[in-house]
Amino acid sequence: MHQTRSYLSLLITPLQWLVDTPAQVADELSDVLVDRSQLTDENRRLRQEALLLKQRVLQVSALTAENVRLRELLNGRQRLEQDVFLTELIGVNPDPFQHQIILNRGSEDHAYVGQAVLDSGGIMGQVVEVSHYTSRAMLITDSRHAIPVEVNRNGFRSIALGNGSVNQLELVHIPDTADIREGDLLVSSGLGGRFPRGYPVAKVVSVQRDPGEPFALVKAQPSAMLNKSRHILLVDMPPQADVLPVTPVPVHGEKVKPKPEEFESPESAGE
Amino acid sequence: MNNQGGGSIILGTFLLGYILSQMPLPQFAEWFRPEWVAMILIYWVMALPERVGLGTAAVVGLGLDLIKGSPMGLNVLSLLIIAYLTLLLYKRLRMFPLIQQAIMVMVLVGINQLIFNWVHSLMGTRSDSLIFLLPAVMSAILWPWLFIVLRGLRRAFRVS
Repeated sequence: MHQTRSYLSLLITPLQWLVDTPAQVADELSDVLVDRSQLTDENRRLRQEALLLKQRVLQVSALTAENVRLRELLNGRQRLEQDVFLTELIGVNPDPFQHQIILNRGSEDHAYVGQAVLDSGGIMGQVVEVSHYTSRAMLITDSRHAIPVEVNRNGFRSIALGNGSVNQLELVHIPDTADIREGDLLVSSGLGGRFPRGYPVAKVVSVQRDPGEPFALVKAQPSAMLNKSRHILLVDMPPQADVLPVTPVPVHGEKVKPKPEEFESPESAGE
Repeated sequence: MNNQGGGSIILGTFLLGYILSQMPLPQFAEWFRPEWVAMILIYWVMALPERVGLGTAAVVGLGLDLIKGSPMGLNVLSLLIIAYLTLLLYKRLRMFPLIQQAIMVMVLVGINQLIFNWVHSLMGTRSDSLIFLLPAVMSAILWPWLFIVLRGLRRAFRVS
């Protein structure tokens, strides 16, 4: 069924490109129609930014080395490396019931269902449908989407649900006593194996503790620019089986035959 | 010969409808998007019921399903129902003045939106107000202009 759909989607791919053309032309034009002072300004700003980022990278590489050493001391597993691909947004789903965007990478460019979608601000969503040259990603604000998060300050875990409005996520089942405040950064916790760990997802904007309600009402604002970003990153996660190796441990001389891999990557998350 | 040319005009209007129905709109205007494809289908079924009918509705609906990423067959179902109702009504619709036609279009597109909302609520994304009926109102407001343009096209290229 999915295969049929991806083949049929090939038919409308040129249409999607055609619809995107005016936006692309406008982009090009605004690149061409700038004066020199603006360009030099931008150039200076970008250089400063690059310098700052370079300095941070220097720090990060030292910290990474330290982290690896500490993890070795703790006998922990290595942090997984992630590959990132740059892609571009070519369309938005016209149906206001669904928060979906269309990207210009498909199965020919090794996009796959479940891939995490980021922009410079944080996590945007995940790929839900792949055609040959385009793919469709569901945003985290879609009312059918949920993403496991943790509070960056103290590691308190929760699940952020989209509720269909563009600028809001809801955190469900937060006890009244939980340590969560306005302004807390929520990062992806990586539980569920769908999203990479540690990317910013949202910022808490309001916490209401009503004694009459069983749970606190926590609202958060996505940190990715969900309806503005045009340049988007697709994160390539290593397959789930690598993260959770299932090797039976022999108990007291009793022989246990190694079983074939039982764990498959979960397909149901977020669908 | 005549038939052939007419076919490409009809196909062209549907392609235009597809493009218009996935043009990006600003956030606040998303609900104001009229159901272009449904309106164009209503026009062609009304004008040429012997050529454009349930078969066209099914094929066009399939394309719309792909564009909207909705479950396969949702738009097919709603456009089939619209096309069928228009086939029952076309003799009367042709006699109506434009305003009355527009009201009928509002009802037809409203049925389309209702089917949409039902299926979406089965899948868990229900609209919590009647805002999902707004495209029907917009379609009705735009109907007279669309009708005049499409009639002009049909007469200019002698599609029959």
